[in-house]
Amino acid sequence: MDEGELCLLVGPFGVGKSTLLGTVSGLVPHFSGGTLHGTVTVAGRDTRTHRPRELADVVGTVGQDPLAHFVTDTVEDELAYGMESLGLPPDTMRRRVEETLDLLGLAALRERPIATLSGGQQQRVAIGSVLTAHPRVLVLDEPTSALDPAAAEEVLAVLQRLVHDLGTTVLLAEHRLERVVQYADQVVVLPAPGEAPLVDEPAAMMAVSPVHPPVVALGRLAGWSPLPLSVRDARRRAGTLRDRLAPAPAATDESPPAAPGPAAPPAGRAEGLIVRRGRIDALRGVDLTVRPGESVALMGRNGAGKSTLLSAFVGLHEPAAGTVRVGDAVPHRTRPAELLRRLGLVTQEPRDLLYADTVAAECAAADRDGDAPPGTCRALVTGLLPGVADATHPPTHGTCPRGSGSRSRWPSSSPRARR
Amino acid sequence: MWALGLAVAASSTTNPLLLALLVAVAGYVVAVRRTRAPWDRSYGAFVKIALEVIGIRLVFAVFLGSPIPGTRTLFTLPEVPLPHWAEGVWLGGRVTAEGLVFALYDGLKLAALLICVGAANALANPARLLKSLPGALYEAGVAVAVAMTFAPHLVADVQRLRAARRLRGRSDGGLKALLQVGLPILEGALERSVALAAAMDARGYGRTARVPRAVRHTTTALSIGGLLGVCAGTYGLLAAEGAGYALPVLLAGLAAALGGLWLGRAALRAQPLPARPVGRARLAGRRVRGRGGGPDGLGGGSYAPTALRPPAIPLTAPTLPLWPAASVLLGLLPALVAPVPPDAVVRTGPDRRSAPDTRSGGTWRAHRAAATGAGTRPARRPPPARRTRAPNHQRRRPSGDQL
Repeated sequence: MDEGELCLLVGPFGVGKSTLLGTVSGLVPHFSGGTLHGTVTVAGRDTRTHRPRELADVVGTVGQDPLAHFVTDTVEDELAYGMESLGLPPDTMRRRVEETLDLLGLAALRERPIATLSGGQQQRVAIGSVLTAHPRVLVLDEPTSALDPAAAEEVLAVLQRLVHDLGTTVLLAEHRLERVVQYADQVVVLPAPGEAPLVDEPAAMMAVSPVHPPVVALGRLAGWSPLPLSVRDARRRAGTLRDRLAPAPAATDESPPAAPGPAAPPAGRAEGLIVRRGRIDALRGVDLTVRPGESVALMGRNGAGKSTLLSAFVGLHEPAAGTVRVGDAVPHRTRPAELLRRLGLVTQEPRDLLYADTVAAECAAADRDGDAPPGTCRALVTGLLPGVADATHPPTHGTCPRGSGSRSRWPSSSPRARR
Repeated sequence: MWALGLAVAASSTTNPLLLALLVAVAGYVVAVRRTRAPWDRSYGAFVKIALEVIGIRLVFAVFLGSPIPGTRTLFTLPEVPLPHWAEGVWLGGRVTAEGLVFALYDGLKLAALLICVGAANALANPARLLKSLPGALYEAGVAVAVAMTFAPHLVADVQRLRAARRLRGRSDGGLKALLQVGLPILEGALERSVALAAAMDARGYGRTARVPRAVRHTTTALSIGGLLGVCAGTYGLLAAEGAGYALPVLLAGLAAALGGLWLGRAALRAQPLPARPVGRARLAGRRVRGRGGGPDGLGGGSYAPTALRPPAIPLTAPTLPLWPAASVLLGLLPALVAPVPPDAVVRTGPDRRSAPDTRSGGTWRAHRAAATGAGTRPARRPPPARRTRAPNHQRRRPSGDQL
């Protein structure tokens, strides 16, 4: 990697992206264990002979979960922590903290406890906390994967500014390629575990990459060359394609499934629902009716109360006012086993729902929970995630990388509830 | 130290009026100067514990009897005869007004102490207190600060996993549920610790300084010895027995700790971020030195002893001694002197993500400027955001989501 470059690391889940990123900071193999062949050199320092702490002034690492990264609990302390470890003089620390607060737009948050910040703000603090040490290379492992689109924009704007204004070298792994691929100077593709990486310009690499954003898929389908990397690129090319697609009006009429008539009794209903969490009204007068066969998308900013509304339907929160019904049941007064026959919820952290050591044991437990005949859940797993052995341990890093989303494909509620 | 002053004052009196005044002072300061930080919830917990302490003390006084000989019998419980090896312990029997009042005063004293500790907890971030440790103990301090975040995380994990059990259709109450989520919780805690250790290592935790061995060891010995001395001395001051040795031990401990601090500052690499010119924490330090008269005036019983420790026999109504009460009121000073925490200003509603940048940014800045004073902050260069044009992608449309 050359200095000042924004390099994007791409590959399917479990291919070793995080491991490769870890070798830059020296955490692999010093912290993770394992055997390292070959050499990794950062700013002239060999990671085999330098431990992560001795690379702390040249490499800054930010992971996908900012909360796992924080050592202290207020913004300012967090920005200073790395410099404290490096033993910088107090005046320098104070100056760099002020600079970083301004650079990342965090000045108004300086004394806030980190736990009270939004996801995008937390991720910006995490980036700022490694920037204060003035690293030559910034390594980011899926920094926007836990963020909503607006917060992801916030973080990517910061990265852009670092590359353009400060000349920081950035190495970035990201699975939502549509967010970043148009800004990359270079793309490294890891095609499969153990295979040699491919390195080239973004457009050339996207032509062969097994993982690519939707806009590239469109480009490949339409046979465009070079491939478009952003919606804007695609729109400029799309003139002829639009003409070709124009006289096919019938296709759009059939696609949405016929909505059931208003006569059908609602599957779930909330009326004037108010839920309080602590001193805050998380939901204020929500009305929602979900009819059988309907798909409803719930949208809103971080902290708007989406999760609270879903939790209210599974009875995790008792309404302060208003009603919530699932069929004819009152969720928070219904036994969990009874409620499971009516609805299931898959949470953001799928691991919370999995207790057993192996896939087979987990499936057997799910069948017992849902009173389903043995083997029902296992059949569903095979359908959703083919080729998983009974003895696989669900949360292991190798088969189901953490946070990568593959674990959420486990059918964690009972088969009937899923249906 | 403000709380420590109140606590010393509380421990040197059993006058319920004075104690109530102390509790009210601590409560008022917490009420007007609390932030929304996670640690500020501890105040409520401490108040609850304090009330429980009073309750338990009274229940014990009723059922286990009291060594206080009293004349005014309120009621008599049936006495349980105990074998003679349990001599000195009795169950039931006469309950006298004097005994109850003595127990109440005693419980009240302990409760006031607890509330003072709770107030300290609510107003000061424990991690920041640890940061004022001597330089030699910096790394141990970080380790302790990290360990202290363990408990709140664990509580949050238990709640999340019990909710998740409900989603699997299993009952979320009872001991069995708690035991079954135990393993995932431990697993999660362990994973978090490892992730945090990796993050700390990658950020330079434990970089060795080029310091002679002897200096390093002397620094550690002085700091730890000094802190132990300070602890023992403080205990001596608070306890009734240690009046003789408390002060010399405290002073010796302080001297050793300061020596360690001086050595550590000269020798060690790791230094904490200096506070900005006038921070809240600094002011908290200053205000304490200002009110030193409070505990001293109360201590040692130099003031009329019956006013500070109203006797339970004979039963008399406690009077409010004027000067001690006035010096307790000095404890209100922080409520007026310390600046309002920024949180209190930004507290506008549940949606806080945009608040600091746009809505209340102006008021916050104005407040900050007023609090720090013009020109005390180091000059800094203008933020590049305003210097350059917005980055490209802000002008472009977002790609994938629109498609």
